[in-house]
Amino acid sequence: MDWEGVASRLFGDDHDIVADGDFLGGTATFDGATIAIVGTTNHAAVGVDLALRQARAVLATTGESPGRPLLLLVDTQGQKLRRRDELLGIHRAMAHLGCCLDLARRNGHPVIGLVYDQALSGGFITSGLMADACHALPEAEIRVMRVPAMARVTKLSEELLESLSLTNPVFAPGVANYVAMGGVRSLWDGDLAAGLRAALADRDTSDRRAEEGAQRGGRRVAADVIRRVLEA
Amino acid sequence: MNSASFAEMSARQRLAAIVDDRSFHEWLPPSDRVTSPHLAQLGVPAAFDDGVAIGRATLSGRAIFVAAQEGEFMGGGVGEVHGAKLVGLLRRALRDRPDAVVLLAESGGVRLHEANAGLIDARAAGIATVMLIGGANGCFGGMGIVARCADTVVMSDIARHAMSGPEVIESSNGAGEFDSRDRALVWRTTGGKHRWLTGDCDVLVEDDPAAFRAAAIAALDVHRPMTLAALQQESMLLQWRTAIAGEGADAIELWTLLGVADARAVPDLDAAAVRVLRPAAVAPLANGGA
Repeated sequence: MDWEGVASRLFGDDHDIVADGDFLGGTATFDGATIAIVGTTNHAAVGVDLALRQARAVLATTGESPGRPLLLLVDTQGQKLRRRDELLGIHRAMAHLGCCLDLARRNGHPVIGLVYDQALSGGFITSGLMADACHALPEAEIRVMRVPAMARVTKLSEELLESLSLTNPVFAPGVANYVAMGGVRSLWDGDLAAGLRAALADRDTSDRRAEEGAQRGGRRVAADVIRRVLEA
Repeated sequence: MNSASFAEMSARQRLAAIVDDRSFHEWLPPSDRVTSPHLAQLGVPAAFDDGVAIGRATLSGRAIFVAAQEGEFMGGGVGEVHGAKLVGLLRRALRDRPDAVVLLAESGGVRLHEANAGLIDARAAGIATVMLIGGANGCFGGMGIVARCADTVVMSDIARHAMSGPEVIESSNGAGEFDSRDRALVWRTTGGKHRWLTGDCDVLVEDDPAAFRAAAIAALDVHRPMTLAALQQESMLLQWRTAIAGEGADAIELWTLLGVADARAVPDLDAAAVRVLRPAAVAPLANGGA
């Protein structure tokens, strides 16, 4: 679904969200309250500029509209793979965005992530994955990283990794696997407004992802390892 | 005269060199054999620590929690157990309140979002968070982001800190975009000297374990504020730095634009000589200014 479709399913005409290049920003009225929208579109490659742009929008909301909920609309092919972005500290820009979202949460803003189209690796780590909880549409595509990049990091063959992605949720693409691993809390299926309403009502901002991954069977050992470290 | 190269040491050797003598108490040590459930499928022999050692120690007599990633195991790629050990360490830090969390980072990456949140939580709770980046494999991807969320990032001049490795960029966009075999280009784009000169690294040291230890001790009481005003200032400075670079700048051109005199000489200088060259304008992006 494109962002316009998501916006109209969530807010009808009660929004002023606009796309400026790959950046999405604006406000909407939902159940009588104003919420801020920050996100990306066009399967954006998130580089320094787009990370800083999103961070600015988050800081503006935190500075000017205390407590206003933030909805992050995620559509990214991953981090921008350009020398310029590495030179200018893309990791710094992403960390900055993550810290801005964390500040918003600390200051009492509900922060909700929604993967409405595509979410890959670095483009997603400090947006949707820094939310109180991240949700997704059932048709969304989520991947840790592309197989060629994973092959380089792990020094394993692409063929092996491709074949594993068919059977192991940790390596497999697909939003259901992310739900099973606990990375995505829920799918918003059909009635998107009901999904947003439930997300806004859940004010427990603790990180439950490892526990949910264990309960759902997609990440069997992480929660237990964390518990053992706490008890060691 | 350096006694040893920090880059060439194993994770456990580095750990021993950083913390006080025999003060390291490991949690989930190799004898517990907490191994990855996924590696068998990969046809890779498991490591009994899944590539990271975690525990408590003292540093100059102060209580710290510490982790060291082993770059020789899966390139320091963070798997399920490895990541969970780091998350557990950070959650335990939030509970037990050591003076600092010190991470000896060496990782090719892979998603690490829970550690990201955990590290910021620890930092926000007033626990000093310190990253030591000096391994031969650098610090990339999710770990690269986590590292820059810390209060203090210490790098050696031969270390690299970035997001995507040059090979990944080259394979996506060609050697014309980023030639991964051009070592001088790779280091001046992502290496310690560049990160120091542009304000992304807080302390630049030689490739020497004693220098890393001294820097870690000095960082025990360094806290980078995470307030609205501090993040607004960071936002302005990062935008300014990006605008100055324009579209096509190479590192040397960027250093010159930022105010480094004789930037062309930088690649041949040692860490001590580069330390004094950081332009005042970028100093507020880093801890300690000068």
